[in-house]
Amino acid sequence: MKDNKYGSMKSHSEPGPGDGGRTGSWRVVRPVIDNSKCIPAKSNKMSCFTCWLFCPDGVITKTIPPTIDYEYCKGCEICAEECPVDAITMVEEADFTEEEK
Amino acid sequence: MHIIESGNVAAATGVKLSRAEVIAAYPITPQTPLTEKLSELVDSGEMKAEYIPVESEHSALAVCIAASSSGSRAFTATSANGLLYMNEQIHWAAGARLPIVMCVVNRGIGAPWTVWNDHQDSISQRDTGWIQLYQCDHQQIIDTVIQAFLIAETVSIPVMVCYDGYLLSHTYMPFEIPGQSEIDKFLPKFKPAYFLDPKNPANLNTVTLPDVRPDVRGDLAPGYMEIRHNLHMDMRRTISVVEEVDRKYQKVTGRGGTPLVEKYECDDADFIAVCLGSLSYQLRDVVDMMRKEGIKAGVFGIRLYRPFPDQAIANALSRAKGVVVFEKALSYGNQGALFADIKSALYNSGNKPFVHNYILGLGGREIKTQDLFNSFMASCKDDGKIGDEPQWIGLKM
Repeated sequence: MKDNKYGSMKSHSEPGPGDGGRTGSWRVVRPVIDNSKCIPAKSNKMSCFTCWLFCPDGVITKTIPPTIDYEYCKGCEICAEECPVDAITMVEEADFTEEEK
Repeated sequence: MHIIESGNVAAATGVKLSRAEVIAAYPITPQTPLTEKLSELVDSGEMKAEYIPVESEHSALAVCIAASSSGSRAFTATSANGLLYMNEQIHWAAGARLPIVMCVVNRGIGAPWTVWNDHQDSISQRDTGWIQLYQCDHQQIIDTVIQAFLIAETVSIPVMVCYDGYLLSHTYMPFEIPGQSEIDKFLPKFKPAYFLDPKNPANLNTVTLPDVRPDVRGDLAPGYMEIRHNLHMDMRRTISVVEEVDRKYQKVTGRGGTPLVEKYECDDADFIAVCLGSLSYQLRDVVDMMRKEGIKAGVFGIRLYRPFPDQAIANALSRAKGVVVFEKALSYGNQGALFADIKSALYNSGNKPFVHNYILGLGGREIKTQDLFNSFMASCKDDGKIGDEPQWIGLKM
């Protein structure tokens, strides 16, 4: 009855980038931060970070200014909804596709 | 120490001696006084555990799943429709490999409403991935509850300890209570190999895609099919673990030796009766009556039903001329589930005895020893008329 002999396969996943694949490709609208409105960017103080707190995928950094990892951002819009100064706007991905062409 | 008490108190005392840390239960019918007794033990401070009253059986098992996932020893109990209400969580607990122990006090299932004994409730949960152990008396109930925790925690698979409603749950019988210090040596504190830990956050049982894929470290993570295959393989290996735990328990208490099946007069038997639960003790009287008539009969009471000890069963039964399966449950439109399992186990053996099926005692219909005797005798003297169809005992209309 060795401890590790049984139950060697269970479903568990550690949080980290890429565990669910490159989920950025799911996005149809992209959050873009306006640093002239964003509280930590404007005040140069470690403050607010409401977007970082609410992001369900942990893709927003707690930095000055906050940045978004578009590899994994699914475009759920929660950050834009929660931002107290409306610094985040959602832009159609199609616009960027045109740009990137 | 010997006491005379109900089967429910035997079970509750086993849970107390096992030092279960979290108990979640729904108190209304079809629940039994087992959880009432546990709530008294926790309330009086005799038992140090978190007792969580919940709003349904589904929630009771959900609480146990959460408690077990975070590394606690968890227990619940239910019966009949309460067990069915848990169904989704029952599958979940097995797939999540959580060593929860649950007493299932066997009762019939509505509709129509019944509260009396049969085995349809736990038999309908046969394929959920839980270990199922059936008990014949109060001593087996208390001993098996304690062993169930060690079995479950060894193989990371939940265990149902099944015992007959009313026939065992509410009747009084003497049994011995093992000492706490002995049980503490037998059953050490639960040390989960893996549990929810805020220091190492993880998602448990998230969506698995049809194929395997690398995890966050780049290692290949098992997919749904691998995890389920692993559960099956571990279930098969559980048969020997049940035997090993029984040997260990025997060293501590002196009781045991029949962890998979309980045989009575089987060694030279031409005709063997097979059943689950306390019915096997009633069938011993039948066997005694038949032996007086010169018929070599025996009883084969199955205690471990899942995983199914098919090898041991085939070896023991293939020597007989006939096997008669008495069942308090039925796979409607087909046959008794145990009957089908027994035939399947015998399929590859050299000598194939005839196998008959009797359905009886549904919804607590009285099982008369004389009726058992008549049916068993009819099977022994049968010239092929009985066949494969289940025969019913005790039907009055």
